[in-house]
Amino acid sequence: MSQTEHPITFKRLQLEESASFDRSTLDYIHRASSTGLYEIRGLGAKRKLPHFDDLVFLTASLSRYPLEGYREKCSTKTVLGTRFAKKPIVLDTPITVAGMSFGALSANVKEALGKAATAMGTSTTTGDGGMTSEERLSSKTLVYQCLPSRYGFNPDDVRRADAIEVVLGQGAKPGGGGMLLGQKVNPRVAQMRTLPQGVDQRSASRHPDWTGPDDLTIKIQELRELTDWEKPIYVKVGATRVFNDVKLAVHAGADVVVVDGMQGGTAATQTCFIEHAGIPTLAAVRQAVAALQDLDMVGKVQLIVSGGIRTGADVAKALALGADAVAIGQGVLMALGCNRDTYQQAGQSHSAEADYAALGTKAGYCHHCHTGKCPVGVTTQDAILEQRLEPDMGAKHVKNYLKTLTMELTTLARACGKQDVHHLEPEDLVALTVEAAAMARVPLAGTNWIPGQNG
Amino acid sequence: MENLTFDLSHQPVRALNQHLHSAADVLAGQHIEVINPDGAHNIAVGINAPVTVTIKGHAGYYAAGMNKFADVTIEGSASTGVAENMMSGKVHVKGFASNGAGASAHGGLLIIDGDAGLRCGISLKGGDIVVGGSVGSFSGFMAQAGRMVICGNAGDALGDSLYEAVIYVRGDIKSLGADAQIEPLTETDTAALADLLSKAGLSHNPTEFKRVASARTLYHWNADADQDY
Repeated sequence: MSQTEHPITFKRLQLEESASFDRSTLDYIHRASSTGLYEIRGLGAKRKLPHFDDLVFLTASLSRYPLEGYREKCSTKTVLGTRFAKKPIVLDTPITVAGMSFGALSANVKEALGKAATAMGTSTTTGDGGMTSEERLSSKTLVYQCLPSRYGFNPDDVRRADAIEVVLGQGAKPGGGGMLLGQKVNPRVAQMRTLPQGVDQRSASRHPDWTGPDDLTIKIQELRELTDWEKPIYVKVGATRVFNDVKLAVHAGADVVVVDGMQGGTAATQTCFIEHAGIPTLAAVRQAVAALQDLDMVGKVQLIVSGGIRTGADVAKALALGADAVAIGQGVLMALGCNRDTYQQAGQSHSAEADYAALGTKAGYCHHCHTGKCPVGVTTQDAILEQRLEPDMGAKHVKNYLKTLTMELTTLARACGKQDVHHLEPEDLVALTVEAAAMARVPLAGTNWIPGQNG
Repeated sequence: MENLTFDLSHQPVRALNQHLHSAADVLAGQHIEVINPDGAHNIAVGINAPVTVTIKGHAGYYAAGMNKFADVTIEGSASTGVAENMMSGKVHVKGFASNGAGASAHGGLLIIDGDAGLRCGISLKGGDIVVGGSVGSFSGFMAQAGRMVICGNAGDALGDSLYEAVIYVRGDIKSLGADAQIEPLTETDTAALADLLSKAGLSHNPTEFKRVASARTLYHWNADADQDY
């Protein structure tokens, strides 16, 4: 070696990753430059957000008295739709199954969800694709969505539903319509939605027959007239301007308001929507409760919160902040096997690793619901893949999951001295981060400080 | 035929609708007259049996919404969403109709003697609509199945993002929406037009109409379609 321009040489590779242009950003730019189309994917926001994990309970000790954890009664009964409906929804647990379409999910999955929910005394919800007979038969309490697309929407299903949910938006894509790519538009899905088989279906984002809150008032009255004022009417909003939207929904005559935060899932939408629109569920809950308080509607109009609820602790925290119930979508799909490396057939475990690899991913990272090639048979319409989810086994897993969450919920409620999970209150919580304290409007742990309040 | 009158000047819409939700054998052969409707909303929604209803005046939002089997006549004009999501039967508006007439109708026949407002036949899913006059902008938006016959003119963006529904227009089209195109009339079209026009009591010559249908360029993801997504 004679002369060198670089006097220092390292034996290891120099791998200095850019924070701005990290590998996922590079992948994004490389994908965009080669396709000229935005990326579409499933599930919800993947980035770290202020969440229920940033709160902890101040359970009882000397200043508060706990209930016996395994003996004393702690009620989980939940009643929804007490404002105008003659037949409110009565559930054994405040944990409901969120709206997910037949189309996004297979008929087997819809049946499994119905069976599990019925066994647990809770409700399931249809989605952007109409009501299947499998779901109506298996689900004792079924909420029927009225969506902008009106795919498969018909008065007979309105009449055989237990509640109606007028969907304005969802947390994964507030302001956007649904999407179902052609590979999932099989003959049955196409027939139910009155679409040509195999089209890349893009749903409307606005309802066809009303615009704005005054129209919504009349639309809700129409649904009430149609059902002779028997069934509760829910209004679901994606969490953006939650305070105003909840007030307008209540003003329009909703019995129940559903607020879906930005961690909420989807079977397919633009990634830019999933990660960059809407506010975290944690922030949305308190804004929704503030709106109900402002209108003196707490306890009269019920609040369901959804978007990234995973555990019994999440449920307990949502209830403590003022929700009457929660809805879970992604969590129940994961209970069915989403992102597991195996699937079960007739009691035997089979590896799904090759199928994940074919999608360019692996178990634990998969968000490829939009492809319809779900390796575990959950978000698919493929005749072979959908067999990987056996309805009875799926129902058992979802039931176990909902049962675990309910037990965790009562464990925390009892430790806070509550005989009813609905007695949990914001005073039972403190925050671990300044952000969570500000959003949830509870003090930072170890202080009396709620950012933005008390001067 | 048994005649029954509801006077909305002193009876609530709910009483009318509850009666209209009676069992089919109760409603069989009945003719319901609704007097003094005065633009009330949700008149005659959710009928589920063959019965004839005449609304003697103007109706508000969602008149005859989600109709099945019934034959409903509105002697005046109708507001937003007349016959929205109709499944079967017939709704006849003798005056004008406002926005979203026949929105997402899966079946049945909607006849509007006068003009219709914006988004007539939006999200149509199999129903038939005959408009004696003209329609506003964005009519037939995302219409999936069914037929629209427009005897007058159409506004902007007619048939935007159409699927398999077909629109026939006799007058001028201000502009076509994304993926909508004018196609030659076939014999099937003229036969369909003759049938629908006769059902609506209109005597136009079917060959005077233009056929608007989907070019189907937006059925599948296509980077070259640019902002049409």
